[in-house]
Amino acid sequence: MTDKRTPLHEEHAALGAHMTGFGGWQMPLRYTSDLAEHRAVREAAGLFDLSHMGDIGVHGPDAAAFLDHALVGAISQVQLLRARYSMICADDGGVLDDLIVYRTGESEYFVVANAANTDVVLGQLRQRAARFDVEVAPVESALLAVQGPRAEEILRATAGFEEDPEASGGVTLENLRYYACAPMRFRGEAVIVGRTGYTGEDGFEIWVSPGSAVGLWRALLAAGESFGLVPAGLSARDSLRLEAGMPLYGHELDTTTTPFEAGMGRVVRLDKETADGRPLPFVGREALASRKDAPPARVLVGLRGEGRRPARAGYDVVRRAADGAAGAKVGSVTSGAPSPTLGYPVAMAYVTPEVSAEGTELAVDVRGRTEPFVVVPLPFYRRTK
Amino acid sequence: MADYPATLKYTKEHEWVNDESPATVGITPYAAEALGDVVFVELPEVGATIEHGTVVGEIESTKSVSELYAPVSGTVTEVNQAVIDDPELVGSSPFEAGWLFKVDVSGTGELLTAEEYMAHAGI
Repeated sequence: MTDKRTPLHEEHAALGAHMTGFGGWQMPLRYTSDLAEHRAVREAAGLFDLSHMGDIGVHGPDAAAFLDHALVGAISQVQLLRARYSMICADDGGVLDDLIVYRTGESEYFVVANAANTDVVLGQLRQRAARFDVEVAPVESALLAVQGPRAEEILRATAGFEEDPEASGGVTLENLRYYACAPMRFRGEAVIVGRTGYTGEDGFEIWVSPGSAVGLWRALLAAGESFGLVPAGLSARDSLRLEAGMPLYGHELDTTTTPFEAGMGRVVRLDKETADGRPLPFVGREALASRKDAPPARVLVGLRGEGRRPARAGYDVVRRAADGAAGAKVGSVTSGAPSPTLGYPVAMAYVTPEVSAEGTELAVDVRGRTEPFVVVPLPFYRRTK
Repeated sequence: MADYPATLKYTKEHEWVNDESPATVGITPYAAEALGDVVFVELPEVGATIEHGTVVGEIESTKSVSELYAPVSGTVTEVNQAVIDDPELVGSSPFEAGWLFKVDVSGTGELLTAEEYMAHAGI
């Protein structure tokens, strides 16, 4: 099967991007340098094509009740024009995907799934929708993200981009809150702008019709040039999210992992209730309720490298013997890279609970060589303002 | 696009070697570009005996790790400390400041001309 192409494919080619297959799509891995793109997002701003993400519209009279049933979060309580990070779990509590739900109307939401999981999420949502008066349908749209401390200034300076306080109830770029969204306009066309992202910086995600994606991409790049905006690829996106301690499906999350093990227990709302005050039997509830207080077999931790060599996904985490040699295996690395911002290797790993305390000195088997790592709290990086 | 000097020989694994004595070894701009930003370089030790076609080190970038193959057999006489201290040199100057190590050559395997290498890599 050939990879799909986003509406911005020709733009990436023209910029000389190094492309890669990701989740069934051809996506830019980097344009010039992973490190330069990463640093631009931390210091100025980066422009990402995220059109591979799966947008699924959910609307109808039962939309809120349906999402309370289908997802682990209390989605009916999300206010109009607000967003919520959530998960869709299987009956056994395993994570099928992590996603963001945006409420764009009283009975209108859209769900953003990971590219590789879009079909699974769409299939599961449709299956779970049987008893509800709701429509679940994929949405054809392009998604562009401007991420970084200069993002707001850049959007404000973008030709053709306008706030729409009439449609948004007075929401502007300035007062748009983190994890909120608002309708705005690009060249007269309605777009949705979310103050969300996957980089640990301030920033916006903009859903635009596929036909207007190239125009918006170019307008943003033109406006952003003087602010230091550069196009940024998946490689920078991955190192940015890792520094910010954000999980990536397929690495920290998968069907064998519950939200509790991943340190994401807060997204599971076992306290959701039906209209008559009984516990709401959402999909996965029973399994998750029994797993909640059971001692976990493994815990997700942050690891800081004390040497120079980064750990990579799949490498063994081992006990550190007194002489620095490798001891018994106590876990596995799920993501790892040299942190461009911090200057030392960082990694996330699942380890057994007895070695998960902050400050525990461990090691990672880096291709036969034992490299020292120490358990540190997540995230590795937090923006200052 | 980088120029591939005709004075150098190349391997299918994307190393280059010159014809001096001792011979200098590095990786090609094509390989450096594919790797992305290099963050760690592991080289053979001075005095080590190496055999062509075998793994003698690692080049690690922000995203991946790749193995470094010896293009020639012989004894390592010098390693580039500058590239160990500043691995980004591999990407910014693969034919010059980003050279990796020098070898007192005792034998070689199959080496490609610049033209053959470019055809092999599809450059």
